[in-house]
Amino acid sequence: MSLLSVRGLTRDFDGLRAVDGVDFDLTPGEVRALIGPNGAGKTTLVGMIAGRIVPSSGRVTFDGRDITRLPAHRRMRLGMAYTFQITSIFAGLSVSENVTLAARRRVRGAGLAGAVTQALTRVGLEGRADQVAGDLAYGHQRLLEIAMGLVQRPRLLILDEPTQGLSDGEIAGFQDLVRDLAGEVTILLIEHNMAVVMALAHRVTVMAAGHILAEGTPAEIHANRAVQAAYLGGTDAADR
Amino acid sequence: MKVLALHLGLLALLLAAHFLLPAYHHGNLARVMVLASYALAYNLLFGYTGLLSLGHALFFAAGMYGMGLGVQHLGLGAGAGLLLGIASGAVVSGLVAALALRTSGVAFMIVTLMFAQAGFLTILHFGEWTRGDEGFVLVQAGRTLLGLDLSAPGPRYLAALALFSVCLLLSLALVRAPFGRVLVAIRENEERVRMLGYDTQAHRFAAMVASGTMAAAAGAVYGMLFGYVGATFASVQYSILPLLWVLLGGAGTVLGPFIGTLFMFYLIDLSSGLTTAYMLIAGVALVALTLFAPQGIMGEVRRRLWRGLP
Amino acid sequence: MEFGPHLMLATLEGAVTAAVLALTAAGLSLVFGVMRVVNIAHGEFFMLGAVLAWWVTQAVAGPWGFALALVIAPLLVGALAVVADVTILKRLSYDPERTIVATIGLLYILQQLTLMTYGPDARPVVAPFNTRIALPWLERGADGWALIWPWGLGTTTYKLAVIGAAAAVLCALWLFLARTRAGLVMRATQADREMATAFGVPVERVYALTFGLGAALAALAAVLIVPIQQAHYLMGADPLLLSFIVVIIGGLGSLPGTLVAAVLIGLSDGIISVFFSPTLAKILATLLVALVLVFRPQGLFGARGR
Repeated sequence: MSLLSVRGLTRDFDGLRAVDGVDFDLTPGEVRALIGPNGAGKTTLVGMIAGRIVPSSGRVTFDGRDITRLPAHRRMRLGMAYTFQITSIFAGLSVSENVTLAARRRVRGAGLAGAVTQALTRVGLEGRADQVAGDLAYGHQRLLEIAMGLVQRPRLLILDEPTQGLSDGEIAGFQDLVRDLAGEVTILLIEHNMAVVMALAHRVTVMAAGHILAEGTPAEIHANRAVQAAYLGGTDAADR
Repeated sequence: MKVLALHLGLLALLLAAHFLLPAYHHGNLARVMVLASYALAYNLLFGYTGLLSLGHALFFAAGMYGMGLGVQHLGLGAGAGLLLGIASGAVVSGLVAALALRTSGVAFMIVTLMFAQAGFLTILHFGEWTRGDEGFVLVQAGRTLLGLDLSAPGPRYLAALALFSVCLLLSLALVRAPFGRVLVAIRENEERVRMLGYDTQAHRFAAMVASGTMAAAAGAVYGMLFGYVGATFASVQYSILPLLWVLLGGAGTVLGPFIGTLFMFYLIDLSSGLTTAYMLIAGVALVALTLFAPQGIMGEVRRRLWRGLP
Repeated sequence: MEFGPHLMLATLEGAVTAAVLALTAAGLSLVFGVMRVVNIAHGEFFMLGAVLAWWVTQAVAGPWGFALALVIAPLLVGALAVVADVTILKRLSYDPERTIVATIGLLYILQQLTLMTYGPDARPVVAPFNTRIALPWLERGADGWALIWPWGLGTTTYKLAVIGAAAAVLCALWLFLARTRAGLVMRATQADREMATAFGVPVERVYALTFGLGAALAALAAVLIVPIQQAHYLMGADPLLLSFIVVIIGGLGSLPGTLVAAVLIGLSDGIISVFFSPTLAKILATLLVALVLVFRPQGLFGARGR
């Protein structure tokens, strides 16, 4: 049975159809990449899954439960976690307090400090717990964002362009982290960096103009001519 | 530990001042403590939750009139009057919060301003009971609590200190509790808090009702200690003043509201000897603070000296 | 007086209120529309216009003094507003919340300085002309319909002139915004600040000019009304509140909406306060504004969605 299931999901903005009748399923434990050119509707689709955007029509089911009408915070409590495309941490608070806020929905009291340290250790920020989050380097802020996702122990972790703006070394570290998580958590990864997609995803979903264009293993997608034509386009496509 | 010592130290200092201060400043400080309690209430919403209300006079007046009208027209004693005042504050702030929190930013400021204005005008409209603009002097029965005559300087000072202590320690506990940390996080980045699974709207509602109820308690005690209930306390000016005190003392700090109120009170007190246009000081201070020191006094202290100051 | 003539009188008085209100609110609306600044000190610019009119008519007596006030008061108040924009608002980068706090401060500064110099008295300004016009009413008597002249039903030439002058200024404002280069630049800035900057519009100068123009409109409205109302240092509160009501009900920053709302509110304010207590009317009006902002933030006449 699928963990997340989306049926006929549609969203119009002022007469413009950003997402058009999308069907989409996630099986537990998989790492799924969602790719597509800018304006394909990826962020809108994920926004509707997470509850940030109200769909015009269609249905979202999470773990067998219809959550189409649930507000975002209730969905998060059911076991979703969402990391923002643009780094969205509490810049004025300390690193550990950022993670504590994320953790407190799940653990209270004695286990709290341990859970926070564990999440920070996992992303390699344990030495910076007392720093003010806004003072961290950009790459570290992205890691903090991921730690805030992890500490919630979600069943579905949605990562919106997590490698954007990271250095090559940091991307390698991120890949190790996701491989480490695979199997434990179901991950929905919106990603532009094709190398990361090819390396991490079990399956890839391609969106274009509000529709799902193709779905398959990384190798299948790589070979798919329709995808190449619609999305990868020009000759430099292979290394994007 | 250090934090608790600092705040208890301030309260001890204020208690010592009771025995040491000359009569004039003793009376002033009693007034400052009640007004600082009002500022503490305002700070919960503005400083910690990041919601700028321009209508808190409505809650202050709800407490004052709930108490005053109860004593004057229902024949309540001081204790029951106080409770009625606090309850009116809770109800009024709950109603306003339910509507105003559907908006944000500038619209929230204007909506709260308009509700407070409507409240002020309502007090004028029902002049038969409220005595409109002139207001009324509270009967002595409403100023005797637990056998203490609150119109006498000594008990008055101690009652003001009691109110202030409760509000200060409550604020401190609230902002250090998980609930308060979530409020601060909402101020910093609401969308992120929502996506961590918190019901931000419910948190804001609770913060606004807590703030409104505390403001009402300050209003009720103010009327009781100084024996007068009047429409001025519901006017726009009394919505602006707590904003000014909190900005001056440092928004989002527990000690800021007291420091700001004390400072501004004496600034206005000194200048009112020179001119009738004492609100000029308030105007200049508001502009200067927004331009040069948006953090306020305690905000600067936190930035430069002590990062962990709550 | 009978109901009919009474209503007509109320409508006439309301039309004067509406005319002055439309000018004041147009200034507030312009500033909000172009700059996204809520100017709480707008009522004080109005008050300053009235007080300056008093000073000028004291210095130069007769109708020429008043004519001079019509020019000088808006210019001075506009210049003051430009200075306030450059020294305060610009330095706050026009941050919406901080500018509100700063304009509250400005409100107290202007009001209290007026109290210190001009004093607490309300002082009248003589209208340049003020002929009374009695108005007829049609009534059915014993021998059919007849014109009667009810006692108290009438207006003055000056009041009619106020309505005419306000209409003329608003037309001029519309022409300025629609037809001149400066107006085009203002509208471009309103539509998209970043785009305007990219196209080389001097946004800072546009903002200063807009803030000055908005204040000048309020001052002009005050000069027009001061022969009817007297100049007082606290007179800014009512126009501020009413302008707010008008601008919000008309849809924030929409000039046509503002005008429709001004006529509606001005007329109903005149009519309602003849029949009901003015306080009750104000309570209902402020509650209406709050509820409009909560449930229909685009205004009663504004289009949905932005």
